[in-house]
Amino acid sequence: MTTVVEVETDPVVAAPTRFSVNLRQSGIYIAFAAIVVLFEILTSGSLLEPQNISNIVVQNSYILILAIGMILIIIAGHIDLSAGSVVAVTGAISAVLMVDLDIAWPVAVLVTLLAGALIGAWQGFWIAYFGIPAFIVTLAGMLVFRALTMTVLGNQGIGPFPDDVRTLANGFTPGFLNNVGLGVLGGADLFTLLVGLAAVAGIVVVQWRARRARIGYGQAVDSLPIFVAKIAGAALVLMFIIVQLARFKNLPWVLVLLAALVLAYTLISQRTVFGRHIYAVGGNLQAASLSGVKVKSVTFWIFVNMGLLASIAGIIFAGRLNQAGPTAGNAFELDAIAAAFIGGAAVQGGVGKVVGAITGGLIMAVINNGMSLIGSPSERVMLVKGLVLLAAVAFDVWAKRRAGRSR
Amino acid sequence: MSQAQSDVILRMRGITKTFPGVAALQDVNLEVRRGEIHAICGENGAGKSTLMKVLSGVYPHGSYTGDIEFDGEPCHFGGIRDSERRGIVIIHQELALIPHLSIAENIFLGNERVHRGLIDWNRTNADAGALLRRVGLRDNPVTPAMDLGVGKQQLVEIAKALSKEVKLLILDEPTAALNESDSRHLLDLLLEFRQRGITCVIISHKLNEIEAVADTTTILRDGRTIETLDMRGKGVSEDRIISGMVGRDLEHRFPPHEPRIGEEALRIEDWTVHSPTQHGRVVVDRANLTLRRGEIVGLAGLMGAGRTELAMSVFGRSYGTGITGQVYRDGVPVQLRTVGEAIAHGIAYATEDRKRYGLNLIEDIQRNVSGAALARIAKGGWVDDNHEFRVAEDYRHSLNIKAPGVGTVTGTLSGGNQQKVVLAKWIFTDPDVLILDEPTRGIDIGAKYEIYTIINRLADEGKAILVISSELPELLGICDRIYALSAGRVTGELPRADATPERLMQLMTARSVKEFS
Repeated sequence: MTTVVEVETDPVVAAPTRFSVNLRQSGIYIAFAAIVVLFEILTSGSLLEPQNISNIVVQNSYILILAIGMILIIIAGHIDLSAGSVVAVTGAISAVLMVDLDIAWPVAVLVTLLAGALIGAWQGFWIAYFGIPAFIVTLAGMLVFRALTMTVLGNQGIGPFPDDVRTLANGFTPGFLNNVGLGVLGGADLFTLLVGLAAVAGIVVVQWRARRARIGYGQAVDSLPIFVAKIAGAALVLMFIIVQLARFKNLPWVLVLLAALVLAYTLISQRTVFGRHIYAVGGNLQAASLSGVKVKSVTFWIFVNMGLLASIAGIIFAGRLNQAGPTAGNAFELDAIAAAFIGGAAVQGGVGKVVGAITGGLIMAVINNGMSLIGSPSERVMLVKGLVLLAAVAFDVWAKRRAGRSR
Repeated sequence: MSQAQSDVILRMRGITKTFPGVAALQDVNLEVRRGEIHAICGENGAGKSTLMKVLSGVYPHGSYTGDIEFDGEPCHFGGIRDSERRGIVIIHQELALIPHLSIAENIFLGNERVHRGLIDWNRTNADAGALLRRVGLRDNPVTPAMDLGVGKQQLVEIAKALSKEVKLLILDEPTAALNESDSRHLLDLLLEFRQRGITCVIISHKLNEIEAVADTTTILRDGRTIETLDMRGKGVSEDRIISGMVGRDLEHRFPPHEPRIGEEALRIEDWTVHSPTQHGRVVVDRANLTLRRGEIVGLAGLMGAGRTELAMSVFGRSYGTGITGQVYRDGVPVQLRTVGEAIAHGIAYATEDRKRYGLNLIEDIQRNVSGAALARIAKGGWVDDNHEFRVAEDYRHSLNIKAPGVGTVTGTLSGGNQQKVVLAKWIFTDPDVLILDEPTRGIDIGAKYEIYTIINRLADEGKAILVISSELPELLGICDRIYALSAGRVTGELPRADATPERLMQLMTARSVKEFS
């Protein structure tokens, strides 16, 4: 953000035009939509088939979970290179507990989450209270926790996992109600459809009440037609996905989990004092500290949180493969970091959104999935993903520079 | 006529520069005579820096309209390198020395002394030493730049300019961060350059300095040239310049104020602070201070006297180690171990460096205003952003923050408006004691008046106020009582009636308390 830290004698304030603001904020969603349409065409409609949508969610859930934790760390101006190794070591811990020691799975899951939080606390301590840059601490963590994984596993995979854990990682909600016919679309699970309708109703009610409150306080809001169009658009997309899932095998459990996490972390980051402090620390550390923000504590807890989320991802990944292996989670941190930056995070910190990181993760997921559907070799997928990351950040830098120059 | 023509080294004619939606410069004319010191005055946002960026090629030829003629030839600069090649060097407000490189390396950065492709260190250091002597520095050229004070760094910048065989030296607010004696040295240097035929353009807010050194003053207002004043011979008064800058007569630079002084709000006893970086160095030495409700108290001192260090160490120990002494709030001894505790005890500290320590420049006004008191707009850890909006809107109106809305990012505001956001942030913590460190640094005269009015209003609301300032007229103009600090010691305390610049300067330079007790 060097562009705004200019010499202060520049001319009068120019209000950013509505368009440029919108472009920077919504560019990522427009890009996502374009990529989906592109691959829908390239794959002759296979991309949005019921089973494929389900696959995209289930296969990428652990990256998306990591991206939630990563975006908070990046907003605060840090980085975590150890996430993949933490996924591996927590997966291994859960395997030892459930498989080798035969402990009841709910207990084992709780202990694993605790272990993840402790790992986060370990890294958070060195970063926040000892003052070592996160890059170094987590680089060390990447080696240390990979080594511990191998030690715990004795260099071989441990499995199979209990059925309940496998269902959580790989399975679907049971059909609580019957199927209903949807004409040409065939049968679909009624329960899933009802969940979808409830979600849409929830969005409408919450958004409408927020809008009324903002008007009550004299805040600027979108005009009514735009507001309705936005809500209708979101509802349509949501219901399309829900219908497709209902036609396949109901809701994947990981999707339910992921939705809950996204909702919770969006609220935490946008609406709580703690969340605001994360942005304050990343935006200007000294100013935050002189405003009474407990900078060290904030830093410590976002790393604890990252460890916790990595352990959730660890259990799901191990459960999905039905085995905890020594190479699990390799390079996951890089995908999560890429997701955060594609989703609009700034390298200098202070900027970013949970929903943005999820969208960034989904963009990569769709590219991965779409390209493998059309039979591209993996090196080409990697090439495209790399260029997309570069292009996304380049666009962000360009948009910022333009905004900076126009004042 | 032809004599007068050749006398002009720089002629800028009809310069117009627009940014999307804003005309920053409109038909600006500037003529600088060879060998003179030419001052450019104007409020922030008047277009001074933009004009200098046009001149130095930061805004390349083609991005503006109008003609530039330097040394009799038209100029079409594509970048800074082009203008430097012609002998135009600009020294920016924010110094650009690289801290870990030596003075000599900094001076010849990008212009290295090379012999057969390798750097000739002997020549580099010898040449640097010669340049340093020209600006009156005796430091070793191999000293890292970070070991120099701001004043010396400024002089190194000038030495660097001299190394480029400068014909026209442009200084943007050169004394903004300097203390009185460093400023004087720098101005003397400019006068010396004039003797040697180097032309200087100086942008400054400090009108007394302009009055002292400038031969000609050009005044800009709202992106236009207002007038060019000849400063030689019959003196042009500060008030004359001010009226040109603000476009109205500013009879009183300080709003009138009748203090209503109440009970003691803050007392500091035997306050001693040690430097966190230099082991054993005492920065504040057994200081005693008392602030009362409704009173505006000044803290005067030269650069390095320990003013900011004193304030920050009281404000939750945000500076210093080995802190001893006692703080009393409303007569009760309190412990202020963290910034949070200081805020909880009703103390606020608005920093001297709002960009580095005061604001989150990438966030909007709303989020900056609430930054130090989120708990006041939150219930059970949840922020009520409608309430937050209301609060920020209220301050935008009551403090006259000029911005389209509270959603405006603070990094795009002018200095005066940024300062108002900082003030709003601290007023919203509902403090009883407000410490304002250089509250009007780098902001224009109109905005200064507004800030003074806000300070008076806060005092009238019964808050105790401590103003730290390097500008003596400001302290004399707004304070009811002034403490002087010299080398970490409180060397004296003067009520407004007894305070004169001379008396204060004596106290500020006193070596011990005894001399004046």
